Amino acid sequence: MSLLEVEDLRIRYPRMGRLRAALKGEPHGFEAVAGVSFEIEAGQTLGLVGESGSGKSTIARTLLGLKEAASGSIRFDGQEITSASARDWARLRREMSMMWQDPVGSLSPRLKVSSLVTEPLRIHGQKAGRDEATRLLGLVGLPAEFAGRYPHQLSGGQARRVGVARALALDPKLLVADEPTAGLDMSVQGEVLNLLNEVQKRTGVAILVITHNLNLVRHITDRMAIMYLGRFVEQGPTEQVFGHPRHPYTEALLSANPEPDPDSGRARIRLSGEVPSPVNRPSGCDFHPRCPHAQSDCPRIVPDWTVEGERGYRCLHPL
Amino acid sequence: MPETNETAQPETLVSVRDLSLDFDTLSGPLHALRNVTLALPKGRITGLVGESGCGKSTLAYSLIGLLPGNASIVGGEIAMDGLDLAHLRASEWRKLRGTRIAMIFQDPMTSLNPVTTVGQQMLDIQYRDRSSRAEKRAKAVEFLEQVQIPDPESKLDVYPHQLSGGMRQRVCIAMALLTQPDLLIADEPTTALDATLEMQIVDLLKELQGKFGCSVLFVSHHLGTVAELCDDVAVMYAGEVVERGTARQIFHDPAHPYTQALFECDPGRIREATRELPTIPGTLPDLRRPPRGCAFRARCPHAWPRCADEHPPLYLRDEGHDARCHLLDETEAVA
Repeated sequence: MSLLEVEDLRIRYPRMGRLRAALKGEPHGFEAVAGVSFEIEAGQTLGLVGESGSGKSTIARTLLGLKEAASGSIRFDGQEITSASARDWARLRREMSMMWQDPVGSLSPRLKVSSLVTEPLRIHGQKAGRDEATRLLGLVGLPAEFAGRYPHQLSGGQARRVGVARALALDPKLLVADEPTAGLDMSVQGEVLNLLNEVQKRTGVAILVITHNLNLVRHITDRMAIMYLGRFVEQGPTEQVFGHPRHPYTEALLSANPEPDPDSGRARIRLSGEVPSPVNRPSGCDFHPRCPHAQSDCPRIVPDWTVEGERGYRCLHPL
Repeated sequence: MPETNETAQPETLVSVRDLSLDFDTLSGPLHALRNVTLALPKGRITGLVGESGCGKSTLAYSLIGLLPGNASIVGGEIAMDGLDLAHLRASEWRKLRGTRIAMIFQDPMTSLNPVTTVGQQMLDIQYRDRSSRAEKRAKAVEFLEQVQIPDPESKLDVYPHQLSGGMRQRVCIAMALLTQPDLLIADEPTTALDATLEMQIVDLLKELQGKFGCSVLFVSHHLGTVAELCDDVAVMYAGEVVERGTARQIFHDPAHPYTQALFECDPGRIREATRELPTIPGTLPDLRRPPRGCAFRARCPHAWPRCADEHPPLYLRDEGHDARCHLLDETEAVA
């Protein structure tokens, strides 16, 4: 049994009021996540990659119970959490934690670092003294004197470390990291990624990384899933996906990641157009209007999920 | 070898010489730019690279006179066709902005007016033009076409929030080019966009620059896009330009230890998957009290006593390629 098992998860957002929808004869909502299945083993890292609007952050919010699933199942440690009660959530929130996207913005500007890192302990009625603060700061490589500082006195990288310390305070089994390096400088990004790797090695926490940055995925994840319009287009071990992408969108995304070399000379695949709206999905394959390899049957047939060894993809004409 | 004009000396459009700029803060002046010297050649794309707080945006804003009130230029000049942009009056700036110098900002949602249609904003920007409303409208459509917006006629009547992020940035580019400026400043124009859109915008900028022949200053912290787009590159650190050269020289033969360290940190350059990524230890120096010697000394793996005492000048590495590092001092190498 995996630590986290998600099966055919669907998440809807309302588009207009129910009455208005009924009068216009249109559906009331749309599917932001349309049937997603994945698993994370204990101690493993999964990368969820996609462009904005692909539904990756929606999945994270649903895993943490901040948004309700429309259908499908999420089992965490064997327990179904889509139907969990408030009492169950109190325990679940100890075992799953979240690192928010904006390193400084996710810290209250009026609390000192010592209060910030021990806040989760206080909420869950555990001892939250100076010793705990020092221990948590040590865990993320910050000296104890940082305890007295306020968030505005921290650099981006230091604020991110405080965020990691907060997320690890309750010794979770799963850490959800939403864009852990967004807004950080290149020289600090490596620092945060090394820290996550190190923490995982030490505590065995499973990590779900949500990002649009492929460079990051390559260096910290074991498996990766690529999302487009609320569906997975490809999933598999990171090495294999980078080595040989099977879905044209994956290929385009990998190629849109420019190498810092003016003579790289690599032929890039340029996608035309933009991501369509999930309110108005294209017929057939979601990706066919932008796909450089689209063929005549792509607009007609919705491709099934094809499993091939450890990986899977959703394409009629895989590469 | 792709077509280049690297050997020919291109004419200079804007020449920044020894520019120093301070910000007034409660705890004293912050020396945000220190003796910056940089030439923007005509008809080429210059990339300005560096991490946050290095002064790259401050330099870009000083080229279009959009500095905040607590900034003051304390030395040097910015020469452009006999004008000194460092010491212009507000009325003189108004004649330059939007005619000879234009800018694209990071976030297209906040740089467009949310309560006015795209078309109205594109007409407003042509207020100096004496042509009729219909002619201005036709010109707006023409430029929306230039930036490859489908069905441009109908887009004139939409509000910015009805467009996607990529489309909005295209509108901003169209507006910036509408007046056919000599210098286009682009401050992180692709940072707010997704990877596939980012490449579209980079391609578009490259194509339009070729078409209009303007000079472009492209400010970015993303080394990949800079390598893809720019002809020349300047690297900034702690308020100084520490290295200048053509994109090939900088990316293939970085001379300054900071540039080298920055490249090493870029996960895009590390081909093998690794769990231990390189970083630059230490932090930026406090620009209220910039160090006496080399600004990068405290974090530099090659630092030696001379770096602490003597501020390095720009040493020539190659034709058109120089860097602020004592390691490049040839008299030292001989001794």
